[in-house]
Amino acid sequence: MLILIARRAVMSVVLIVVSSLAIFVLMSFVPGDPALTILGEHATPEALQRLRESLGLNRPLYEQYGDWLFGLIRGDLGTSIFSGEPVAKLIGLRVGVTVSLMVGSVVVIAVFGVALGLLSAVREGWVGRVVDAVSLLGFALPGFWIAIVLVAIFAVTLRVFPATGYVPPTVSPTGWLLSLVLPVIALSIGGITIIAKQMRDSARDVLARDYIRVLRATGLSERRILLLHVLRNAAVPTTTLLGLTAVSVLSGAVFIENVFVLPGLGSLVTSATLRHDLPIVLGVGVVFAVIVIVINLLVDLAYGVLNPKARVVS
Amino acid sequence: MRAAAAQTGSFAVPARRTSTGFTAALLRKPVAIAALVVLIVLVVAAIAAPLIAPYDPIVQDTAATRQGPSWVHLLGTDSLGRDLLSRLIWGGRDSLGGVALAVAVMLVIALPVGITTAYAGGRVDRVIMSIIDIVMSVPTIIITFAALAIFANSMTAAMITVGVLASAAFARIFRSAVLATRKELFVSAATVTGLRPFQILTRHVLPHATGVVLVQTSLFAAATLGIQTGLSFLAFGPPPPAPTWGGMVADASKVLATHPWMFVPTGGVIAVATLALGLLGDGIRDANAERFTAPIRTRDLFQKPAAVDSVVPTVASPLLSVRDLSIGFGEHSGLTVVDAVSFDIAPGEIVGLVGESGSGKTVTALAVLGLLGGTGRITRGSITFDGLELVGDLRALAATRGSGIGYVSQEPITSLDPTFRVGSQLIEAVRHHDRCSRAVARRRALELLAAVKIREPERVLRSYPHEISGGMAQRVIIARALAGRPRLLIADEPTTALDVTVQAEVLTLLRTVQQETGMAILLVTHDWGVVAETCSRALVMYAGQIVESAGVDDLLDRPRHPYTRALLASNPHGARRGETLPTIGGTVPSPADWPVGCRFAARCPLAVDECRAAPIPLIEAGPARTSRCIRIDALITDTAGGRP
Amino acid sequence: MSAPIVAVTDLAVDFGSGRTRRRVIEGVSFEIFPGRTLALVGESGSGKTTIGMAVLGLVPAAEGSVEFDGNVIANLRARERRALGRERQVVFQDPYSSLDPTKTVGYSLLEPARAHGMDRAAARTRAFELLARVGLDAVAALRYPAQFSGGQRQRIAVARALMSSPRFLVCDEPVSALDLSVQAEVMNLLTSLQRELGLAMLFVSHDLAVVRQISDEIVVLQHGRIVERGPAETILTDPTNPYTRRLIDAAPRLDRRASTTPETEGASNAHL
Repeated sequence: MLILIARRAVMSVVLIVVSSLAIFVLMSFVPGDPALTILGEHATPEALQRLRESLGLNRPLYEQYGDWLFGLIRGDLGTSIFSGEPVAKLIGLRVGVTVSLMVGSVVVIAVFGVALGLLSAVREGWVGRVVDAVSLLGFALPGFWIAIVLVAIFAVTLRVFPATGYVPPTVSPTGWLLSLVLPVIALSIGGITIIAKQMRDSARDVLARDYIRVLRATGLSERRILLLHVLRNAAVPTTTLLGLTAVSVLSGAVFIENVFVLPGLGSLVTSATLRHDLPIVLGVGVVFAVIVIVINLLVDLAYGVLNPKARVVS
Repeated sequence: MRAAAAQTGSFAVPARRTSTGFTAALLRKPVAIAALVVLIVLVVAAIAAPLIAPYDPIVQDTAATRQGPSWVHLLGTDSLGRDLLSRLIWGGRDSLGGVALAVAVMLVIALPVGITTAYAGGRVDRVIMSIIDIVMSVPTIIITFAALAIFANSMTAAMITVGVLASAAFARIFRSAVLATRKELFVSAATVTGLRPFQILTRHVLPHATGVVLVQTSLFAAATLGIQTGLSFLAFGPPPPAPTWGGMVADASKVLATHPWMFVPTGGVIAVATLALGLLGDGIRDANAERFTAPIRTRDLFQKPAAVDSVVPTVASPLLSVRDLSIGFGEHSGLTVVDAVSFDIAPGEIVGLVGESGSGKTVTALAVLGLLGGTGRITRGSITFDGLELVGDLRALAATRGSGIGYVSQEPITSLDPTFRVGSQLIEAVRHHDRCSRAVARRRALELLAAVKIREPERVLRSYPHEISGGMAQRVIIARALAGRPRLLIADEPTTALDVTVQAEVLTLLRTVQQETGMAILLVTHDWGVVAETCSRALVMYAGQIVESAGVDDLLDRPRHPYTRALLASNPHGARRGETLPTIGGTVPSPADWPVGCRFAARCPLAVDECRAAPIPLIEAGPARTSRCIRIDALITDTAGGRP
Repeated sequence: MSAPIVAVTDLAVDFGSGRTRRRVIEGVSFEIFPGRTLALVGESGSGKTTIGMAVLGLVPAAEGSVEFDGNVIANLRARERRALGRERQVVFQDPYSSLDPTKTVGYSLLEPARAHGMDRAAARTRAFELLARVGLDAVAALRYPAQFSGGQRQRIAVARALMSSPRFLVCDEPVSALDLSVQAEVMNLLTSLQRELGLAMLFVSHDLAVVRQISDEIVVLQHGRIVERGPAETILTDPTNPYTRRLIDAAPRLDRRASTTPETEGASNAHL
């Protein structure tokens, strides 16, 4: 187990170095002058020069990268080109929003996906068809479109939930929950359909296995077989997919935060990208990489618990 | 497919060619065809936008803003009075072009990398796989944003980035597809034949992997469309007023309250395109799977039920009594695979149920326990155990399973749940039957393991199924079957998957347990040797019917059905070097092709017209034996078909 | 006696690499002569299939050598080794995966001929001859493997193996996936083809009864080593090694009856 965590830790360092290096290398291909892009065409030459120096743009790429990397080790992600604020501080203020959005969605996806999948695996009739139909819709409709429709129905027309904005849990726990409901639904629908489909396929696969037949022949109740044996065995492949879904929820959060005007990392990185504020993009990239690594680690751990064969290998 | 056939096509045989070609299989799927048509229409419309778009997509018409659909504007207009249909057609260039670019980039990288790593193996494979692992963990969305920030919101740069990053995951998928195919025996055969590796790759490996590549490509295209439209929704890519699908959803969201209609065509086109890609992927997957498996024909056989036998193999006070049992599979259970089977089992006897694959022996045994899988249903007949009817009575069945009738299956390793310890599975069974505490159940589990002659019961209890051998697993399965103290054990080919020395041990164990507990055993097998050494009586099945039933000595030494005699004769035991074994000739008819008369007639040397005219009933063939043959007299005098 | 076609000397095979590397075959030697069959017999894990693969060059030898016609295969160049495909062929256990499902039977049959530059017309004639010889219609050439039963596929696999007129055939459990009646057909086919063509054969099997019908010499394997070898009849009727004896005794036999052994009589006659 410790070896696993150590290996993941090494991987995470490599991962952060590789992804940030990729961005730096891309930067070297940038046509034109970032300083000019930032200050606009009417800027004075002095102002441009000052900005270049303060950004370190006049130094070789590897020096810039080295500086950034050393800063990262000290917990310094640089400063925003646009506002001059430390990137670490900007991220610190917003990371909670994105993480609560993500965790909420993954929990909703896991609970509803597994329940619907298991249900449609044993009920061939209308339950299966409903899951099929909803799956198709969830697969076809883009998340941001669903989000806007949710706002139109529940916030604008029915006025059940707030349309946009975020309430920190320290201010009002119920307000916080209410402000998350619509974004979490919008983020979860796609994931639920994916997990439900996988769960149904794995459960059907497990139900056809020899050991299920033998368990039935032993006389065990169908409920016990389903909730103990089928669920646990089908959970093995589903867990892997849930990890991948969690990563795609993170990507989806970027779009959803913009629709609901949530002050998270997604809206931060969107506005930063539109302003070519690369230090922020880099910083958010590091945080996302860390989140992905944590997800992978959790998946590995869950896999080890669920599947005794995997334990021997690791 | 057709090209391959054309190369060998000079076989000048005047026969209708049954095509199992991939394209043909795909074109048999209406949903896939519809998806393909939708995609072609969308792509052609985007390419031909200047020719077919009814309006200029950027020209504003302040007189016709926010209109619903009409004959003038088929899909209505937006808040600047621009024609939505024209904007969607033009917007397809940005969205579909972006997706095409990402897909092309992904394939250009992933295919060669995937194939190379699969072929290189060793260190190259390990290095590339670790790189792939790292790239797969890179947060795609952020790198894409970085690309957008660096390359001045260029959608092209974003789509190339998406393609490059995704290529890691897909290289991995393609690698495993190629690796799996390379392990196939037909690839080994081609290697032995002396084909060059490149020939093997192009002729055998790639055609096999095409399905996976196409399915994955269409799913990736669908996912990329989501990202592409999402990015243009966030105002990346071509700036307004240029039409983009995502940008149009963003426009629609601004006038959501006053003009909700605009939401329908803008979201709709994305949904339709995504759905078409996904359904095409499903269609490709199914078509690909179909061409490797023989089509299953089903035919309604209800119109001609076999004659109900008046003579059946009965015993005086049966423990299990099966009467007139028919089992159907497929739609409406229309394909009958077991046809009016009747037999009895007395307490304490070991009865063999013998037959080749497709005879219906396993299905019959499973039906007794109500364990028919898939679409299998009992369509007729009755099964009584200890006087209790089991067909259609779920409660009686539940009460009988495990405690009245135990079950041992063919594959010992896969018959144990791999995620639970042997002990917990055994204790689970004990507690279900005895309703006792864990500690008591554990003691009983140890006793059961001792009863099946397992030497280290404590260690086995703590093991997971994959940690014990096949022979050990089969002993555990037998121990679990004994937990409910059953009076009948149904053992379905219990030793077929085991090595011959282990097989002998398990058979001895079954006999010992049978003597100690006095339970009866129904032993399903294809092995005459197992029947001889284990059973006192046997039933022979052929094409869904019992064709002969007799005591083992009578059956083996004096068979009274031509099939039994022929099957015994083809047994290789005792054959000398170079000796030619008598064979039956022909093949077992599949259930859809069962004839009206004797089902063995087509392969029987003794068959006469009368055999084919009407269903043959079971008849008495001596004391306590029956046979489904009207040529027994001829069989007894005929010496040609058997081996002395 | 003429020279052996195949000579295996002190063969060792390793599986895995690095720390997981382990020896699965150790010190195996045998020779196979024209027209003769050597059977490799053993239980799962005995390494019998692996030896067959090593003889075909599908797995590398860690030590020792495999000679074909007096040439050590490992010393041959890739081109020469491929040319050997004309002389030696294989029939695998699983008839369902040994034929490419995406190719017609005709394609699979003609492929060996094409690989070795055989004349097209001659190859086609031979393919029809072989299909007829293994008891299949000429129409079979236009069909796909999925349209045939297991026994038919195995006969197609035999026909394909014989297309290039090989002198040596490896049969890896060729009948163990087949039903009894079909098994007899395929065994008869192999026996008579060997007699007609003077093939040398390496016959890998776990089933001693099947082996008896076709082999001249038997090599018994356990855990990757040879435990006993000798003429087939001697091994089967008078084995000296205890493991061989156990293998032979364990195989279920028709003449050992449960119903007549004294200790089971009471139980089994209970219903009479």
